[in-house]
Amino acid sequence: MSQKTATKKAVARKDMTRLQWTWKEMKRNWVAYLMIAPFCLVFTLFTMAPVIVSIIMSFTDFNMIQVPNFLFLDNYIRLFLDDDIFLLAVKNTLIFAIIVGPVSYLMSLMVAWFINELGPRIRAIVTLIFYAPSIAGQVYLIWGTLFSGDSYGWVNATLLDLGLIAKEIQFFEDKKYVMPLCIVVALWTSLGTSFLSFIAGLQGIDRSMYEAAAVDGIRNRWQELWYVTLPSMKPQLMFGAIMAITSSFGFGGVVDALAGNPSVDYCAWTIMHHLNDYLGARFEVGYGSAIAVVLFAIMIGANMLVKKMLSKVGQ
Amino acid sequence: MARLRTRKHKVVLNRSVGGDLGITLMLTFLGAFMFLPMLYVVMQSLKPLDELWMFPPRFIVMNPTLRNFSDLFVLMNTSWVPFSRYIFNTVLVSVCGTAGNLLFASLCAYALAKIKFPGRKGIFKTIRTSLMFHETVTAVTRFTIMSVLLLIDTPLALIIPAFGSTLGLYLMKQFMETNVNDSVLESSRLDGATEWKTFWVIAMPMVKPAWLTLIIYCFQGLWNAGSSIYIHSEQFKSFNYAIGQITAGGIKRAGASAAAQVIMMMVPIAVFVISQSNIIETMGSSGMKD
Repeated sequence: MSQKTATKKAVARKDMTRLQWTWKEMKRNWVAYLMIAPFCLVFTLFTMAPVIVSIIMSFTDFNMIQVPNFLFLDNYIRLFLDDDIFLLAVKNTLIFAIIVGPVSYLMSLMVAWFINELGPRIRAIVTLIFYAPSIAGQVYLIWGTLFSGDSYGWVNATLLDLGLIAKEIQFFEDKKYVMPLCIVVALWTSLGTSFLSFIAGLQGIDRSMYEAAAVDGIRNRWQELWYVTLPSMKPQLMFGAIMAITSSFGFGGVVDALAGNPSVDYCAWTIMHHLNDYLGARFEVGYGSAIAVVLFAIMIGANMLVKKMLSKVGQ
Repeated sequence: MARLRTRKHKVVLNRSVGGDLGITLMLTFLGAFMFLPMLYVVMQSLKPLDELWMFPPRFIVMNPTLRNFSDLFVLMNTSWVPFSRYIFNTVLVSVCGTAGNLLFASLCAYALAKIKFPGRKGIFKTIRTSLMFHETVTAVTRFTIMSVLLLIDTPLALIIPAFGSTLGLYLMKQFMETNVNDSVLESSRLDGATEWKTFWVIAMPMVKPAWLTLIIYCFQGLWNAGSSIYIHSEQFKSFNYAIGQITAGGIKRAGASAAAQVIMMMVPIAVFVISQSNIIETMGSSGMKD
């Protein structure tokens, strides 16, 4: 926009209502609407509409067979007052998310930052090494072999060999071990999308800013990270945070692969499991949707918290 | 030239030898932890059956053999639908889905980040929030919508939803915000370039690291997709699904299963290496400019 039209617009805005002005702006920027149209059409059809329908269904007893009745808040009341396993799932999910979310986030950021210091060629190789666990879809299954409950499991075999234990440890049948092992495996696969976005984000930072910062009295790499690097990649930090939240609260697949479904005494039962149980096995779509809405609300809360924390970066 | 300069900065600016050493040590330790299981998968695929079930188990293969791979290919040839068909399906879905997502998401992200039009904030917030709603629940409605659009049991059922992947849009929007300079866009518009041209010629090259990243994970996600509720004809099923069927044959097929894992990994690794090396190139060339 040239300055001329900008001033013209400012004058014009005074003598029309807000609605008229919005309409005029919309007409002026019609290209923008054309540009967002393809994406927004697909998004509305396959994401937005299903989400809205799910939220509405969470207030009904829809079960895929009968005509749904409107229940208002019954599903939610049942969830919190009458479903012990759900409360256990919430507890496990929170424990998991509070450990894995921040640790995986910081690990992604730190490793990306360290890698950024390396020379170009080594960096490509090192990035691959760290991203490797996320590349192969099912590769974490090998942790099952490693910690297998019989003497063929590597850990058991080694411990038996060294005489440290007399009998194999049933790693995935013992409540003591299931959660910690799942957490380790989850951390191991956690250098994923956010890690890649941090790497790409670090490359976009203008080098001259570092020089200016050095002149301004930045003394070591940590100060440089806090005052220069992080503030200039805030959008990427936000992106990484959402990734960390969705993956750590949506945790469940790792447990299924390692400890089976359901895990012993529901010791690693998460909200995801509860959701899949009611949707996939019992077809209680209404109740399942209510679980999803609660999970959604928890994630939005976590996101708001993280946003607040990220606004302190660089201060 | 560019590399020389970055090297020089590294020495001059705020870097202590102790810190470099500590970081290298930590990266080596963590890297080994990350890489060992991957190496294990490759080792397993090279082991003959007796070594796979040996006690005590050994990490390193003693008599490496390609038998597992040839077993896998034999099993592939016994499948009812020609195996190349499964591979074709997965390649088609991965390539088209990734290309479409890249184009749709970048266009939308550009408009949302760089054109000030009424409603952009609300639209972006809606899209970002929807990322946090879990997909399992939406499957019922999605299925209904797809059947209304007659997409069920066609490859389009997998390709078209990929176009609207919110993750891709969010990533592109964030990078458009940091990497694309408003004044450059202004001058391009002043020169009479259309929005489309400004987007394609000016903005897109500036966010090259972002779209290379998008290609990596979008492709990878589509490549690893297993069976889908939207597809029931055998001739439209994916490579991953077919491999899963083969390796579901029990202990006897442990070798073929290990080989299958290696084969499944190879293509995403290739895409990753190509994209990442290009990200690094972009960085080198942007160093040249200033």
